[in-house]
This record gives sequence, structure tokens and C-alpha cells, in this order.
Amino acid sequence: MAAQKQEKSVIWDWLTTVDHKKLGIMYLIAGTLFFVKAGVMALFMRIQLMYPEMNFLSGQTFNEFITMHGTIMLFLAATPLLFAFMNYVIPLQIGARDVAFPFVNALGFWIFFAGGLLLSLSWFFGGGPDAGWTAYVPLSSRDYAGVGLDFYVLGLQVSGIGTLISAINFLVTIINMRAPGMTMMRLPLFVWTSFISSTLILFAFTPLAAGLALLMLDRIFGAQFFIPSMGGNTVLWQHIFWIFGHPEVYILVLPAFGIISEVIPAFSRKRLFGYTAMVFATMIIAFLGFMVWAHHMFTVGMGPVANSIFAIATMTIAVPTGIKIFNWLFTMWGGKITFNTAMLFASSFVPTFVLGGVTGVMLAMAPVDYLYHDTYFVVAHFHYIIVGGIVLALFAGLFYWYPKMFGHMLNETLGKLFFWIFYIGFHLTFFVQHLLGLMGMPRRVYTYLGDQGLDTFNFISTIGTFFMSAGVILLVINVIYSAFKGERVTVADPWDARTLEWAVPTPVPEYNFAQTPQVRSLDPLFYEKIHGDGTMKPAEPIQPIHMPNGSILPLIISIGLFFAGLGFIMMNMDNPIINPWIVAIGGLVITFGSMFVRSVKEDHGYYVPVEQVKADLKKGGN
Amino acid sequence: MAGHVDTSKGLPSHPERATLEGKNKFLGFWFFLGGETILFATFFGTYLGLRNGIADGPSSQEMFHLPLVFIMTMLLLTSSLTSVLAMFAMKKNNFRAFKVWMWITVLLGLSFLGFEIYEFYEYVHQGFGFTTSAFSSSFYSLVGLHGAHVAFGLSWIIVLLIRYNKSGITLTNAPKFYVAGLYWHFIDVVWVFIFTVVYLMGVGGH
Ligand code: HEM
Ligand SMILES: [Cu+2]
Repeated sequence: MAAQKQEKSVIWDWLTTVDHKKLGIMYLIAGTLFFVKAGVMALFMRIQLMYPEMNFLSGQTFNEFITMHGTIMLFLAATPLLFAFMNYVIPLQIGARDVAFPFVNALGFWIFFAGGLLLSLSWFFGGGPDAGWTAYVPLSSRDYAGVGLDFYVLGLQVSGIGTLISAINFLVTIINMRAPGMTMMRLPLFVWTSFISSTLILFAFTPLAAGLALLMLDRIFGAQFFIPSMGGNTVLWQHIFWIFGHPEVYILVLPAFGIISEVIPAFSRKRLFGYTAMVFATMIIAFLGFMVWAHHMFTVGMGPVANSIFAIATMTIAVPTGIKIFNWLFTMWGGKITFNTAMLFASSFVPTFVLGGVTGVMLAMAPVDYLYHDTYFVVAHFHYIIVGGIVLALFAGLFYWYPKMFGHMLNETLGKLFFWIFYIGFHLTFFVQHLLGLMGMPRRVYTYLGDQGLDTFNFISTIGTFFMSAGVILLVINVIYSAFKGERVTVADPWDARTLEWAVPTPVPEYNFAQTPQVRSLDPLFYEKIHGDGTMKPAEPIQPIHMPNGSILPLIISIGLFFAGLGFIMMNMDNPIINPWIVAIGGLVITFGSMFVRSVKEDHGYYVPVEQVKADLKKGGN
Repeated sequence: MAGHVDTSKGLPSHPERATLEGKNKFLGFWFFLGGETILFATFFGTYLGLRNGIADGPSSQEMFHLPLVFIMTMLLLTSSLTSVLAMFAMKKNNFRAFKVWMWITVLLGLSFLGFEIYEFYEYVHQGFGFTTSAFSSSFYSLVGLHGAHVAFGLSWIIVLLIRYNKSGITLTNAPKFYVAGLYWHFIDVVWVFIFTVVYLMGVGGH
């Protein structure tokens, strides 16, 4: 039997942890930092657009902000924030002690973080990328875009690797690590949607990786993929980008659906209406998500046949999405609803998402898209999906799982205040943007002329942003206040909820379940409350629990990748201080060297002895 | 949970999947290969889209030389066969035969790589470089990506062979060898597509 766990300093413990719960919290913190950063950029952009012909930001800075705002929000804020909940919650919800690959899980976090840092470094080397988050060529080619774009390419390349390996880890965890009785058709919907979203990551992030590699070869090594005079093709980039880009929306929104499908039943005191339909609707949405990428390219000149096919395919998605919407409504229908903050966010998600969906169908009509394309109508549409969908769901999930993650409640009064300010601000900001778009205001412009009827709505839109910012500040105050004054939670199940994460004690022991639970139904905890004595039956005797050791290697591997990326970027710098090849190859040597160490050094982990499990059980009282 | 099962009485029939760790690795690896497939598919798509974009450079008909590619194909296909024989030996718990077949696989792979480097070297010499045209860029990146996979696969197998040279087949290393073998087959399958799509179509029609 391997050695027992050794005591370590707190910082070392977090840097080397492979515990999915700690990694979840690390994703939460990192994602929040990036969210605030990109949010401040949005605020600045809106201030610039508050009045016609403002001089708050220069055109160049505005372009850099727009690019970084979109890129950071999608890759470094929304994705990791969802990963935070997936990491924390999935193993608990399926009754597992851990994820399938704890080491890979830690590696995924650190690589994502290294990529994010790399991207952020661009400000110190002559400005951020400025070709929009879609980086269309030729705008992003070497002729037009400076070294900032190399930070975009390699930062995303690195962080994408992290996202990809995390997705594989989730997939295997969900398939192989479920507790006895937890069949696939008993998985909580959050697990289902995370599962499907991980599949999408696997099949969508790989084309992105390929596309970024091609762009890098063009920019740094003189390849000709996107240079028409040398036989290259610019539309090729758009195809590759959107084969990734459209599924990316579903990668984000499906787990958000999952969160909503957990929160609404919990606070409606009813089981989710149409569980099976929900699962299949998720699968259909995911499948169609791959079939519709070219609806972003109607105006590129693909011809009427291609445009019609992609238009129809896009509209088909409305059907499974509609099924979901009605199932949420039927779940609330006749339920005993508690409108706490989590539920406010979850239920208000439904109408905002519907509005985003309706404008989506409008955009999918190819001929009319010639009108909408690249106007503020599009900006309004996708923010209704992204903020009115994903961000509201993230806030719902935060208030819902916070007591389990941190051992205390968030303050409800502050929470509700936050909700109302944010929600009103959201509609103020983005609703009028539909009208701005219809009036012809193009997107991605840093200013506009007065006397064109655009002043009022732009002003309102910016005021809305102030509201949203105030809301987020309230959330921060809430988090700090509750850390000191918030109601402590020691019970396992403060919401009287339905799924397995509420069956483990708070704080959750490192091994999650002292004894793997026996699952007898969908909503297993709720089933035991009705048909049993309210606690899960164990599926195994108390025995020593095998746990993996922490490791510093994930951090070192990602530091290596960071420098490898930086080295490639330096090849496009005018006078790099060091020879870029030294940096790039040095980084790769660090990465592959530590991977080598990892693969030849066997680490058998350690065991939590039976006495300690028993002692914990007495303490936890569950 | 971990792989500390007594193996002295012989191995279970599927040593690579006997433990939960092995099962996880196995499944995770299949997902990884799924991702790799999409990666290659994108490079293939790019190649197909750009193969007529020769600008002022040479075309595929002028460059490709089938006999050499045919030899390379044979080498790689044979190496897949020898790696299968190695897996059979593993299931019979015959470590010596396993090692012999694996090393033969490595040699075949190395000679494939040698031919590929020679091929690239010759092309560049004849004025068909990476930056010559969109066609040349997409050719070198697709075939080069495959070559990089071959090189990675070889180093992986070599490291495993050296690391476990004396240990015999255990429940810990069986999944590792098995997964490396799968990877090798994958590389082989990709090559069959490259042979068809790049070389045969390049020499033949449009
Ligand atoms: C919460 C308040 C937010 C505000 C006030 C805001 C504001 C803006 C503004 C002013 C633009 C530029 C529009 C244009 O001219 O094209 C923009 C673009 C964008 N935003 Fe947001 N945004 C917010 C949240 C988010 C979130 C949460 C996400 C994603 C998770 C997001 C993703 C994007 C993307 C992808 C773009 C397109 C960037 C581009 O065109 O390159 N935004 N946003
Ligand atoms: Cu789309």
C-alpha cells in the first residue's frame, strides 16, 4: 500500500492540487478575473459610443478592445466559468470519488491559464490583436495586423489545448466513473449537457487548432494558405473558423441549459418535465450545431443554393430549443416556486433566451441577412444569447452551488438587488441595439456622426452598461460580505434538493463519498427522501480509499508551453531581446521533458485509512 | 483501484483493460483519436481546397514520384502488421517476442521517416519549397503533420520499450503499450488516405 498523504504549505497545495473541487474553484477565480477584465473593456467601448464623435478611445484602441473583449469573454471567461461548475459538480452528481484523469484535469487548468496569460501579454508588446475575435483574413494577415495578432493565435492555440484535454477528461469521467445504478438515463441534466458540450469541444476545437496553425504558418513562416496572389483562399479561413465558431456557441449554452434544468426543478419542488425529451433535444441541438456554420457567411457569395440549405438547417434548431423552453415552463407550472436569487436568474433566463432565439431565426433568413449583417442587430442578438442566456445561467449556478463550494450562503437581499439591477441594465443595454441595427448602425465602428438619429439609443445603451457594472460590483460586495457575515452551512442539503451533490457533507471531504452511493432512481436524493430514510444507501463497505497524489508537473508543463508560444510570437517582433528559437525550443524542451518524467515515473497515489473515513463520517454526520 | 494485482499467476485475457485505470486510458485514448481525426480532416480539407492553387510554382504532376511513395507505403503498412503481432505476443504473455516485434516496428517506422525526409529534401532542391504556393504550403503541412505524428509515435514506443525493458508485461504497462499500438495504427490509416488523396489523385486526375 502506498504512503499516506503528507502535509504541505497552503500555496504549494493549490499549485500542485489534482482535486477536482479545488480545480473547480481555481477555474472560478481565473474565469472571474478574465470576466472583469473583458467587462471593463466593454464598459470603455460603451463610454466611447455614448455620444457621437467621442474621443475617449482612439479607433485603434477600440479595435483592440473589441477583439480582446470578444475573445476573452468567450475563451477565458465563459468557458472556464462553466468548467468551474463542471469540475466541481460532475463527479459529485454522478457519485464518483474523482474524475477519470486527475492529473490531466490539473494540466487542463494550467494550460488554459498559461494561454490566457500569453494572450494578455500583447498589451506590453505594441498593442492587442485588432482584427475582431473572428480574425478574418486578410485583416489578420501579416500585411495588415501586427504582432498583437500573433498573441491571439498562439494564446488561443495554447489555451485551446487545455480546453480540449479537459473535455476528454469529462467524457471519460461521465462514461466510466458513475456510481452503481447511475445509468445514462438517470444522469442529471447538467451532467448530460456537459457531456454533450465536451463532445462538441472535441470536434470543434480541433478545427480551430488547425485553423490557428495555418494562420500561424502564414504569419510567421511565410506559408500562402490565405494569400490569393499565391493561390491561397481567404474564404477558407471563414469556413474553418465557423465550423468551430458556431458549435462554440452551443458549447457554452448547453451547460447553461443544464444549470437551468437543475435550478428550476429544485426551486419549483417538482421533477423536471420531460427528462427524456430534454436529453434528446440536447443531442439534436448539438448535431445541428455542426450543420449550420455557413449562416455566418450568407453575404460572402456562396450562392442561393448553399444559402438556402444553411438557412433551413439553422431554423430547424428552433424545434429542439422550443421543446426545452416548454419543458422548463411546464416544470414551473403548478410548482411551489421559491423565488430566491438563483431561481430569479434561472427563470428570467427563459424569456431573454427566447428573444435571442427569435432574432436568431430572423438572422437565418438569408436574403434579409444582407440587411442585418454586421449591424448592431447582430450584436444585440448574440448578447441576448450570451448574456441573457449563458451569463444569467452562470449567476444562477453560482448562487445555487455556492453553499456547497464555500460552506456559506450568499446574502439574499444583496443577491436580489444585484439581480434586478443587472437584469434591467441588460435590457437597457441590448434591447435598443436591435433598433440601432435596424436603423443601420454598423458593428465594429468606434464612433458615429450626430444627427443621424443614433444618439438617444446609444446613450441609453451605455447607461444600461453602468447598471450592469453596478450589479457586478454588488455581487463582489456580496461575496466579501458573505465570507465574513454570511450564514454558515454545515448541513449537506441546504436547499432540500434532489441530486447527489447534496448528499455529501459540507465541506466536502477530499474523497467525496465515504462509501459510493447506490443510485435507485432519477433525482436519487429526492427518491430516498420519499421512499427511503432520506440518505443514500451505500453500495460498498467502508474501506481504504485510493487517492492520487498532487503534482507540480502540470504547472511546469504549461510554463513550457507558455514559453514555446512566446518564442514563436517573438519571431515576428522587430528586435527580440533573445533569439526566439531559444525561447521556443527551450519551452518545448521543458514541456516534453516533464511529460517524459511523468510517463516514466510511476506514482501510485495514497490511501485514506478506514479509521479516518470513519472519523470523518462521525464529524460530517451524514 | 490501482494496478497492483498479482500477475505471477498469469495475466487476464485483456490486460490492457483489466483495471479501471486501464479502462479510462483506453476510452480517453479513443476520444483523443476522434479529435485527431478531425484535425487531419481539416488539413485534408485545406489541401483539397488549395491543391490547384499553384500560383507560379510546380504542380503535383510535375513533382510527385510514385515509386518512392509506394515503398514508403509498404514500409508503414508492414509496421502496422508487426505491431499487431506484438499485441498477440502480449496477450500470450510472451514478452520476448513482444519486444522483438515492437523493435521491428520501430525500425520500419524509422526508415519510413528517412524516406520522407529524403523526399522533402529533393522537392525543396527542385524549387518546390514550403512558401512556393498555397498548394506547396498545404502539401507540406498535411504530409509534415503526419510525419510529426510518426516521429512522436516512434519516440513514445522507444521510451516505453526502454523503460519496461526488464519488467515483463504487467497490468500497469499493458495499457500503455496497447494505446501506443493503437496510435500507430491510426498513423497508418491516415497515411493510406494521404497516399490516395495526395499522391494518387495528384499524379492522376483532378
Ligand atoms: C455584460 C456586458 C457586455 C457588454 C456591455 C458588452 C458590449 C460589447 C460591445 C460594445 C461590443 C462591440 C460590438 C460591435 O461593435 O461589434 C461587443 C462585442 C462582443 N461581445 Fe460583448 N458585451 C458584454 C458581454 C459579453 C459577454 C458575456 C460575452 C461572451 C461571453 C460577449 C461576447 C462578445 C463578442 C463575441 C463580441 C464580438 C467581438 C467582435 O466583434 O470581434 N460580450 N460587446
Ligand atoms: Cu452560428
